[in-house]
Amino acid sequence: MTSTTTAPQSATSSVALSGVTKVYGRGANAVLALDGVSLDVAPGEFVCLVGASGCGKSTLLNLVAGLDRASGGRIALAGDASPGLMFQEPALFPWLTVEANVEVPLKLRGLPRAERRERVAELLRTVHLAEFGRKRPHELSGGMRQRVALARTLALDTPVLLMDEPFGALDAMTRDILHDELERIWSERKLSVLFVTHNVREAARLADRIILLSSRPGRIIWSTEVAVPRPRRIDSPEVASIAAEVTDRLRTEVGRHGR
Amino acid sequence: MAGDTLTGAPRTGAEISGLDALEIAGREQEISPGARLWAATWPKLAALALAIGVWQVVVWSGWKPPWSLPGPVVVGEELIRQASDAQLWEGIAITLRRAAVGYVFSVAVGLLVGLAVARSRVLRAAIGSMITALQTMPSIAWFPLAILLFELSEKAIFFVVVLGAAPSIANGVIAGVDYVPPLLLRAGRNLGARGLGLYRYVIAPAALPAIVAGLKQGWAFSWRSLMAGELLVVGISQTSLGAQLTYARELADSPWLLSTMIVILVIGLVVDAAFGAADKAIRRRRGVLDQAGQ
Repeated sequence: MTSTTTAPQSATSSVALSGVTKVYGRGANAVLALDGVSLDVAPGEFVCLVGASGCGKSTLLNLVAGLDRASGGRIALAGDASPGLMFQEPALFPWLTVEANVEVPLKLRGLPRAERRERVAELLRTVHLAEFGRKRPHELSGGMRQRVALARTLALDTPVLLMDEPFGALDAMTRDILHDELERIWSERKLSVLFVTHNVREAARLADRIILLSSRPGRIIWSTEVAVPRPRRIDSPEVASIAAEVTDRLRTEVGRHGR
Repeated sequence: MAGDTLTGAPRTGAEISGLDALEIAGREQEISPGARLWAATWPKLAALALAIGVWQVVVWSGWKPPWSLPGPVVVGEELIRQASDAQLWEGIAITLRRAAVGYVFSVAVGLLVGLAVARSRVLRAAIGSMITALQTMPSIAWFPLAILLFELSEKAIFFVVVLGAAPSIANGVIAGVDYVPPLLLRAGRNLGARGLGLYRYVIAPAALPAIVAGLKQGWAFSWRSLMAGELLVVGISQTSLGAQLTYARELADSPWLLSTMIVILVIGLVVDAAFGAADKAIRRRRGVLDQAGQ
């Protein structure tokens, strides 16, 4: 347990990881999930982590979110921000209405009722769900639920957003809309995003920087800046050529594990 | 639509809400309350009519003499006579008071023990399986001990009712807490819920369906224990429903006996229906009720 969570050494990072290692199990059965991962996310930067199965992408987000402890290395977050985390499933509370779901983090922070109501209305407008506040999660489509989850995470008022394949379970058109929505909200709110995906096109569509992780153990093996101007389209030639390059690197990495 | 995406024009709110409207269209199918009530009621009425019919046929067959097995008409008349008699209502009041006191106490014990066992690894190892063992113990087997400990008193009945009901309730709580989806726990923790907050905002509501199931089963056990207790522990000069059963048997008054049994059955059904309604309301709110099936 040598890991610590403190302010980053360089004041310019929202999230700073240095030499982060994660081992599951002990002795002969120990599995090295992450091996010396170092990366910085600048304020307002959108970073996509791409990797094949078993690269420890989700493990990494759990560590940054503080839901799990690193076996070694340092994880530093700017200020006292606790990052918001989104999953592939919306993970909404099915017993609460949409409004009440978004209200949970505000209640936990002890905000007065009038302020909570105002914030909830504002957040639901942000994700275009103003009329759906009284619905229950099961009455909404998958894309709408994921937008509620986004609003609920934004209610944390955190500058750092961690996203674990949040659009992986959605159809292409809905995903396309959510890319636009996320990009808009990210730039309006000047968020720092660490976004995990195995979809290289999605990464090329969204990221300022793409980081490729190797599998078993997870190590950073390559990274690239995405210089395509925004707004981008997922089917534009520029995005496609970045995606092709990332795919090539990913294939080489996956091939390394073959026999 | 894909063509619109290619133009690269900024997406409008109308486009998003259009897609939302398309995706959730046709999800709301409202059935009128009257039709729903009828759909739920007629099978029960049919089953009741069938049961009464079979009863009447058995009586007509002359299998038993009418003074030991009276027909539904005779029992029905007795029931109507009883309904205007203070003795029946007094009996219901005494029995329900005992049931309420015993059950409320069982709920308190069951919730506390269940929560403690669910939270603590040591307690679970120590008494987790004992709770299930207690649950399988027929409550009537406790009465000899209860009577030795508390004599023929209300306390003996209370003791057995609580021992009958509390383990089911505790098991409901344990199962509920165990089956809280880990994803919801992670989401809750990420949203800032810790300790009690996590219990209040995530664990308790997520465990609610299993807790209600435990409460329902606990009620069934406590009601059975109570009836057994009232039959065995008579003598305490109160005409509870169970005591009335005993008196009716001693007087060989079978219409009284059967009408009292019907009253006991109906009370059990009414309480069960209340639990059923609570369970259904929970499932409907959470979207796990199959509309076609209900």
